[in-house]
Amino acid sequence: MSFLKDMAAFMLARKKFWLLPALVLMTIFGGLIVLTKGSVVAPFIYTLF
Amino acid sequence: MLVLGLSAFYHDSAAAIVRDGEIVAAAQEERFTRKKHDANFPTNALHYCVQEAGASFADIDFVTFYEKPFLKFERLLETYLAFAPRGFGSFRMAMPLWLKEKLFQKSLLIDLLCAEAPDVDWEKKLRFTEHHESHAASAFYPSPFDEAAILTLDGVGEWATTTMGVGSGNQLSLNAEIHFPHSLGLLYSAFTYYTGFKVNSGEYKVMGLAPYGEPRYAQAILDKLIDIQPDGSFRMNMDYFDYCTGLTMTNEKFDALFGGRPRKPEELLTQREMDLAASIQAVTEEIVLRLTRALAAKTGQKNLCLAGGVALNCVANGKVLRDGKFDEIWVQPAAGDAGGAVGAALATYYLASGSARPNRGKDSMRGSYLGPSYSDEDVAARLRAIGACFEMLDEETLVQRTSEALAEAQAVGWFQGRMEFGPRALGARSILGDARSPTMQKMLNLKVKYRESFRPFAPAVLRERVADWFELDRDSPYMLLVANVTPERRRTMTEDERKLWGIDQLNVVRSDIPAVTHVDYSARIQTVHADTNPKFHALLAAFQARTACPVLVNTSFNVRGEPIVCTPEDAFRCFMGTDIDVLAIGNCLLRKTDQDPALKQNYEHAFELD
Repeated sequence: MSFLKDMAAFMLARKKFWLLPALVLMTIFGGLIVLTKGSVVAPFIYTLF
Repeated sequence: MLVLGLSAFYHDSAAAIVRDGEIVAAAQEERFTRKKHDANFPTNALHYCVQEAGASFADIDFVTFYEKPFLKFERLLETYLAFAPRGFGSFRMAMPLWLKEKLFQKSLLIDLLCAEAPDVDWEKKLRFTEHHESHAASAFYPSPFDEAAILTLDGVGEWATTTMGVGSGNQLSLNAEIHFPHSLGLLYSAFTYYTGFKVNSGEYKVMGLAPYGEPRYAQAILDKLIDIQPDGSFRMNMDYFDYCTGLTMTNEKFDALFGGRPRKPEELLTQREMDLAASIQAVTEEIVLRLTRALAAKTGQKNLCLAGGVALNCVANGKVLRDGKFDEIWVQPAAGDAGGAVGAALATYYLASGSARPNRGKDSMRGSYLGPSYSDEDVAARLRAIGACFEMLDEETLVQRTSEALAEAQAVGWFQGRMEFGPRALGARSILGDARSPTMQKMLNLKVKYRESFRPFAPAVLRERVADWFELDRDSPYMLLVANVTPERRRTMTEDERKLWGIDQLNVVRSDIPAVTHVDYSARIQTVHADTNPKFHALLAAFQARTACPVLVNTSFNVRGEPIVCTPEDAFRCFMGTDIDVLAIGNCLLRKTDQDPALKQNYEHAFELD
């Protein structure tokens, strides 16, 4: 929670709201990379892409 | 007010502690863990600093981390977006680390601090400074100046790679920046990689190699790689570099420009690498000179403070000094990221307290002797425990015996007082030798340090005699200025010697102190001062009394790839694993011939090569 608050404060301070969608997409994509490292999620990724 | 500064998670993690604006202690984690450039959270250094301050964790008012993780993440994301879809490989490597750990650095830091002291409210005490603000603070606040221009140059922090500003009293303002990917530090590192050395540690080797070559590629660099403006600001042509998107510094286009693939580590060095080194060194000096000239004109300041990894380029520093645009320059001895810990702590102290900065007339780094020390009793107990054979002497006798060994061209391990903070050994954890010996450089490189034979050694000289031996008339206590040996100390070379090229120049005796005279007559000078290191000063004075020479070879007490020794045990291991003849730890004197041969170690391959 504290992380999200800090991140929101950071984006407000930097006024780089255009980064938000990119951040969400890249976080999801990056998160998948993390999850697929030897995990059970791996097979589903191939069907997604 | 007690402020702890931390630098970690990239390379050279360190801790520093500041009490009421005074730097009490600072140390790099690698010295304790014995892992070169250790980037892990500096638990050992942190404990040492708190202990040295005679404080408990609860006494700490603020903890400051030396950079801002969110800003760094922003730079990473924007870079990947700008270059997408190129860079996917790098993105795939970087994201797991960021999403698992680096993005949550604040929580990670709090967790790690809580592991040391769970009862302290670390969240309330934790602060962050920007990377280059930490460098700038480490350059200005400990400097001897009330007012000065500030220049920081390194690879990259968050966005900034170069910053310029002014420090005055307790205020520091940075008002010009050059942003990633345009970076002098990364340009130099690209050539470090291309010439077959390790990025972030081999830059020194490139600088040492440069005088063997001719800058025949300098024009190609200026034409194709970088556009430099008259004020020193620059833009790089990223078509030739791979570091934004790939996993190497340079790409095929760079290879084509310089006529071949990068040299592989440990491959034979050729004239081409020497010429490349000379070329990037010349371009670096040109950029630094343009920047400092513009800074002098813009700020009207008479003094200059430097920090950031590029400020360790002492050849460029010497040129800035001789350029005369500033009356005095002061370089933070821990100019790399480790020094960010000192800067972060000092920046927070002056911001939080608003206290005036005392006018000392000299710098507050205490000779950079900010690390652990050991009493003679402690040293003796430790040496006995590991089976070492030693004599305990009084200080005067130890100094005399050591100077005698040095005059007989023996290699001496010199372990005295508090360990240095920063990459240079300054006479607290040093290996010393006779600078007059024509064979000393080769012997120390090959049999003691186990490193490349081309690498030069630095002289330590009595401050009061520096101008008699070198073209330098001021303090250089941190080995961060390069100047030439005076013409009267140089030796006239024969016609045959003059014709030698490249590495063949190495064995030519060029001066009365050949072991510390580089092929271009330059030397990376350390002036030794009675007030900051009286014992080392006394040793040089004793050596001078014997030999009429106040100069010794001073190199770090380690072998290639090993962090500089920290404890008496580290020193003894290194002593027994190399051809060091004599070891002085405090007032304990050890001779190799007295030691049990069974304690000898195979040390040559004990550390990963740097």
